[in-house]
Amino acid sequence: MNWSWTVFFETIPLIAKGLWITVGLTLACYLFAAVFGFFWVFMSRIPSKIVRSIFGWIAVFVRSTPPLVQLFFIFYAWPVIPVVGVSLNPFVAAILGLGIHFSTYMSEVYRSGIESVDKGQWEASTALNLSTRQKWTKIILPQAIPPTIPMLGNYLIIMFKEVPLASTIGVVAMLHIANDYGSQYYKFVEPLTVVALFFLLLSYPSAILISKLEKKYNRKFDKKAMSS
Amino acid sequence: MAESIVQYKDVHKSFGDIDVLKGIDLDIQPAEKVALIGPSGSGKTTIIRMLMTLEEPTMGVIDVGGRNLWQMEKKGEWVRADDPHLHSIRGDIGMVFQHFNLFPHMTILENCMLAPVLVKNESKKEVKATAVEMLEKVGLGDKIELYPAQLSGGQKQRVAMARALMMRPKVMLFDEVTSALDPELVGEVLEVIRDLAKEGEMAMILVTHEMDFALDIADRVVFLNDGVIEEEGHPEDILVNPKSERLQDFLSRFTVNR
Repeated sequence: MNWSWTVFFETIPLIAKGLWITVGLTLACYLFAAVFGFFWVFMSRIPSKIVRSIFGWIAVFVRSTPPLVQLFFIFYAWPVIPVVGVSLNPFVAAILGLGIHFSTYMSEVYRSGIESVDKGQWEASTALNLSTRQKWTKIILPQAIPPTIPMLGNYLIIMFKEVPLASTIGVVAMLHIANDYGSQYYKFVEPLTVVALFFLLLSYPSAILISKLEKKYNRKFDKKAMSS
Repeated sequence: MAESIVQYKDVHKSFGDIDVLKGIDLDIQPAEKVALIGPSGSGKTTIIRMLMTLEEPTMGVIDVGGRNLWQMEKKGEWVRADDPHLHSIRGDIGMVFQHFNLFPHMTILENCMLAPVLVKNESKKEVKATAVEMLEKVGLGDKIELYPAQLSGGQKQRVAMARALMMRPKVMLFDEVTSALDPELVGEVLEVIRDLAKEGEMAMILVTHEMDFALDIADRVVFLNDGVIEEEGHPEDILVNPKSERLQDFLSRFTVNR
């Protein structure tokens, strides 16, 4: 193997273009997962036991099958299904596939946050005659979500690292560019090293930031725990 | 006799196989102060929790101001109360909890302002003035910007009372409000309740283990045992000259200073 610094520096700007696609796709998937995560939470709280268990099983199914299989299904299989089939562009398919997959994890995070709120908080809200909506938005979620922020942050990093899966359905991001370059010039080591470095460059500082957040919220909630 | 503000008619409550209340009949007059006493597990807390709509009776009727709390009339039939029905009656009732249940993410001023602003749509400015006044009344006028975590148990409980009073309920429920407090903090909380009782216009139902206090402020004491009202009447009669053996036995565990 002969390492070429020329190739290394040449591929940096090429792959940097893909970096923005990767980051953009991560954020889009994350936003979708964060919002859709609440959907599972609310479905798990519907009074009807049948509806609850149906959606519970769907969530288990989504969580326990590989995201790559889901991506392939949405991109290749869904369009050929009669009536409901729709052909999606790779970017949208990736947002949908990875977003839904990770929303099932996000909902577990939300659920743990919601369950950690003391039952007395619900009762005090009832005693003050708050509506169901007011209980959620003013009392429960403002207490349930902040302590889960570090966990939610971890999922952002995990998703960032899973987004290259989208290159398999043709989203042209960092990995895809590196791969193309490799096949064209038969040089794989340098571009793939650049890709890895870019991932490290973003993941590592984010991880540090999250551990800081974790410390901050732990402190805050130690103090608050005394009050309940 | 004036119209009752609260009326329990043959109210039963079971949790699974356990019958906690086995037929409660109880009338509360407007402005009346009633102390509920009895051994733990006798169902005293359940009685007031049903009135606050935190538990649903298994059987029987609870009227508030002449309106059936847990059932409503729909197309000529009595059906289970829905949220809007409960909401429309619940405003007459307020409750103070054993464990305060203040909202930890809000200052004590915000704790007091939240419900009047959200539920009654009162103007923020007026609510704030009332809240400050209320907090001054319970002796916390200098603490309005603090968070619950920064207060002692007695102070938290006084905030909780101010918060409940902000809704101007006709009936206030006190669920063992001094049980979670350090002994030296009990006095300050009882003092606030005593002042409230003197003001008079609000009916109060107190679940309590403070016998001296019950003797002092209650118009009537109700002794619950094993899910039924065993004995009730004037505080002196109940606490000083108990008739039933069970009540005598129960009271022998306390020292009533009289």
